[in-house]
Amino acid sequence: MNPQRTLATAGRVLSQVRHDPRTIVLLLVVPSLLIGLLAWIFSDTPAFSTIGPGMIALFPFIVMFLVTSITTLRERRTGTLERLLSMPLGKGDLILGYTLAFGLLAVAQSAVAVGFAVWLCGLTISGSIWLLLAVAVADAVLGTTLGLLASAFARTEFQVVQFMPALVFPQILLGGIFLPREQLPDVLRAVSDWLPLSHAIDALQAVATDSQDAAYVGGELLIIGAWIVGAVVLGSVTLRRRTP
Amino acid sequence: MVNKSAPAVDATDLHVRRGKHPVLHGLSVSIPRGVVVGLLGPSGCGKTTLLRTIVGVQVVQSGTVMVLGREAGSESLRHRVGYVTQDASVYDDLTVRQNLQYFRAVLGAPRSDVDRVLALTDLTSQAGQVVGSLSGGQRSRVSLAGALLGSPDLLVLDEPTVGLDPLLRVELWTLFHQLAVSGTSLLVSSHVMDEASRCDRLLLMRDGEILADDTPAGLLASTGASDTEGAFLALIARHPVRDATNGSAS
Repeated sequence: MNPQRTLATAGRVLSQVRHDPRTIVLLLVVPSLLIGLLAWIFSDTPAFSTIGPGMIALFPFIVMFLVTSITTLRERRTGTLERLLSMPLGKGDLILGYTLAFGLLAVAQSAVAVGFAVWLCGLTISGSIWLLLAVAVADAVLGTTLGLLASAFARTEFQVVQFMPALVFPQILLGGIFLPREQLPDVLRAVSDWLPLSHAIDALQAVATDSQDAAYVGGELLIIGAWIVGAVVLGSVTLRRRTP
Repeated sequence: MVNKSAPAVDATDLHVRRGKHPVLHGLSVSIPRGVVVGLLGPSGCGKTTLLRTIVGVQVVQSGTVMVLGREAGSESLRHRVGYVTQDASVYDDLTVRQNLQYFRAVLGAPRSDVDRVLALTDLTSQAGQVVGSLSGGQRSRVSLAGALLGSPDLLVLDEPTVGLDPLLRVELWTLFHQLAVSGTSLLVSSHVMDEASRCDRLLLMRDGEILADDTPAGLLASTGASDTEGAFLALIARHPVRDATNGSAS
C-alpha cells in the first residue's frame, strides 16, 4: 500500500462523481427530503422525536451502500479493475481510496441530513450535535464499505441491487425502529446485537435523548468501526489479481 | 532488476481454462525482445487468454510463463508490462487527461509522461474531452495511451487497431515500430490477416495452439502461399485436428 496511490484513487473517484452533478444533488438532497417527509407524516404526533434519529442512520447508510456497490461493480465490469490490478496498485489502495472518497461524500451528506432534521424539521437533540454527526458519518462509511464488499459477490447490476434488500433490510427491521430491540424475540434480539445498524441507531437515539454518556456512544462507534475495518479487509481479500 | 537477456516472453506447456472451457492445451512459445510480434488467429482461438496469461491476470492450470525473466504477474513486472484490453478499459466519466493522470499516479511515472503519451497517440487536442463523448477509435487510443505511460519494456496489445480508420492504423503501426526500435517488445494481437505483413514476427494461432512462429517472409516461403491468409489456410490443412476428448494434439 502506498498513500500516494490511495489518494490518487480517492481523487479519481471524486472527479468521476464531479462529472455527474445530478448524482451529487441526489446524494445530498434525497435523505433530507425523506427525513422531511417523515417529519411531516408524524407532525401531529410525538413519534418523530423517537424515529427521527434512526432515520439519520438509515438513509445515508442505504444511499452510500447502493452508490458504492454499483460504482465498484462498474469498475469490475468495464475492465478498468483488471487494468489497475495488472498495474502496481495495491488492493488496499483501491478499497481505501474508494472508502476515502465516498467517506467524504458521506460527511457532506450526513451534515446536510442532520442540519435539515435539526433546524428545519425541529428534531430535538439533547446531546452533542457533533457526536450525532460523528455517528451518522460512521454509519454512512459503513454503508460504503459494505457496498464495496457486496459488489465482490455480484456479477451483474441486477444482482448488486438485490443485495440492498438482502443485506440492508434485515438490519433495518431488527434495528429497533419498528419495534424497540428489547421487545424482540430472544433469538432475533441476539442477532440484532451483532448487526452494525442496530448499534448506529442505538447510538443516535442515545445522543438525541442524551440518555447515555459519551463513553457509551464511543463504544457503539467502536463496534461500527470494527465492522468498517472488517468489511475493508474482506473487500480487499475478495479482490483477485488473477481471474479464471 | 529485470533480466536484460531473457526473452520478452517464454511460455512452456501452458494449460489454461477460461471459465470452464479449456482454451490453451499445452502451448509453448518464446517471444524475442525489441521486435513487434503479431499474434494472429480467428476470434475465439485463445489469443486473449494467452495475452491475459502473459500479463498475469489469468488463472493458469499448469505450465510456466516467464516475462522479461520473471514469473508472469510478479510484482516487479507490474511497472514493466503495459496491457491494453480489447475493449477500452478507461473511465468514460473522466476526461482523457484525468484518465491518464490517474494511471500515471498509479504507475508512479513522471508527470510529463501524460503529455508525451497524448502526443504519441495523437490525442493532444482531445485531452480535455470526457472519454464517453469520444468515438470508439479515440477511446481505444486513450486505453493505449494509458499503457504507454512509464515506458514499459513489454507492451501487450489486444486488437489495438480494431475499428480505426486506415490512416490511423498506419500511424499506429509506425508508432509500434518506433517503440520497438527504442527497445520495447510488443505483442500485438489481431484477427485481421492483412496486418501480418506489418509485424517483425508472426504467431499464427488456432484452437489454443500456435501453428506457426516465423517471420512474415519465412512463413510465405515455407507454405508457398502468396499472402498470410493463404499461408494460414495451408497450415490448417497441414495440421492434424486436435482430439477434443483428450485435450491434446494427436
